[in-house]
Amino acid sequence: MIIASQKSVREIADNLTKHKRISVAGCGTCVAVCFAGGERESEILASALRMFFKLKSRKVEIRQQTVKRQCEWEFIEELKENIDWADIVVSTACGIGVQAVQKKYLPKRVLPGLNTSFMGMPTSPGVWKERCLGCGDCVLDETGGICPIARCAKNLLNGPCGGSQNGKCEISKDIDCAWQEIYDRLKVLGLLDSMNEIALPKNWSTSRDGGPRRIVREDVNT
Amino acid sequence: MKSESRLEKLLNAGHFAVTAELGPPKSSDSNIIKQKANILKGYVDAVNITDCQTAIVRMSSIAAASILVHLGLEPIAQMTCRDRNRIAIQSDLLGASALGVNNLLCLTGDHQKFGNHPESKNVFDLDSIQLLKTVKDMRDDKKFQCGEEITVEPRFFIGAAANPFADPFEYRAFRMGKKIKAGADFIQTQIVFNLDKFVKWMETVRELGLDKKAFILAGVAPIKSAWMAKYMKNKVAGMDVPDEIIARMEKAANPKEEGINICVDIINQLKEIKGISGVHIMAVEWEEAVPEIVEKSRLKE
Repeated sequence: MIIASQKSVREIADNLTKHKRISVAGCGTCVAVCFAGGERESEILASALRMFFKLKSRKVEIRQQTVKRQCEWEFIEELKENIDWADIVVSTACGIGVQAVQKKYLPKRVLPGLNTSFMGMPTSPGVWKERCLGCGDCVLDETGGICPIARCAKNLLNGPCGGSQNGKCEISKDIDCAWQEIYDRLKVLGLLDSMNEIALPKNWSTSRDGGPRRIVREDVNT
Repeated sequence: MKSESRLEKLLNAGHFAVTAELGPPKSSDSNIIKQKANILKGYVDAVNITDCQTAIVRMSSIAAASILVHLGLEPIAQMTCRDRNRIAIQSDLLGASALGVNNLLCLTGDHQKFGNHPESKNVFDLDSIQLLKTVKDMRDDKKFQCGEEITVEPRFFIGAAANPFADPFEYRAFRMGKKIKAGADFIQTQIVFNLDKFVKWMETVRELGLDKKAFILAGVAPIKSAWMAKYMKNKVAGMDVPDEIIARMEKAANPKEEGINICVDIINQLKEIKGISGVHIMAVEWEEAVPEIVEKSRLKE
């Protein structure tokens, strides 16, 4: 799923200098599961903003509403009443949701309430880790199901660099070396020989380097 | 001969080679390169020119290498994958060769986190092994990475780095083998302080026959102080500094002199290891130490 984290109340409030009616729009899918922008978190943000403006003695009305998903037009439709009422909207969806809501409700302004970070999963309570970069050319079959594109700081495809020590990446003792993990995994799978094969330069054109990407499926596209 | 490299000629003739390192300045001042080059001239067979080492912006390694060519020294230009995609890399290789640079060391490159622009975007379009293969294919098959032909090909004596002290240890010799298979003619290793581990690594290297397929130059470095020894042990990823070396530095009345002595001791032991073709002295920002190390370890006799 998409993992995001909240922007500070101050950063959000700095963009709300002269507005009197603010609509906070939550999203009930990925960002709800990672506790960043779902029903509960967008309500908390709305309360925090109310408190912030109260302390500044500013009279501001804030409404809050969460829809199931902000990345599909039919769900965004449900926000109409509260957005029409507001001077400005703060969306606590990922970047996809913010863009969709902004496009749908022009000329109203829609501001991001989150920093959208990566595609990943929770690995322990309160910890989320990146697992996929969406490079468009999956190599997990060659690397024992551990992605070096997303999990190696240098996107290496031919084994650990000289900075791998005690299972950790050279850039931080808090980051596991993806290639140590791949090595250990391939050993378990009995595929260690593949570590001696030269992986050729990657085709990055399927990644972001080919420009914004799209997938067209004739079987669905009616 | 695969290239016009004097280093290749010396190594092929069985000469125990000495290379050193010259870090280009954080400025456009060519005099600094000339000064450093003058210190090294006559003592070493070739000089590595680092490529924005530890991700700190410095004069281009190829430009600095070209200055060395004019001074009559043999440069080994270092090339990392951090800052250039395959288009820029191949373009720079054509240029380096045209400027008379005949040796190239292919590296992945330190992560930009360590440098003076930690907010920069990294490239890593290729990794070091893919870079080695690209350089070899340009030289031997006269082909760009895309497969298009090159009319006048860059002919480099191709080098790679190996770190016997990084993990997983049992994979490290195999990884060097992969680099040799991809195109490396010579290897320069990470700085050797832990000789026991290095000897163990070399056993695997010889078992795999890798010392017969490429020239292996062992990395060494003089330590300036006990503080520096501890810093390298604890803060530099992929470095292995045994406690006895730190203790020797702590006890020394003249730490700089002791650092040079330790370096000479290590060189003398490396000379005895079968399969070692030379040493690479990395006296970072201490080029003055190189002549003394070369003389004391009788590398130029």
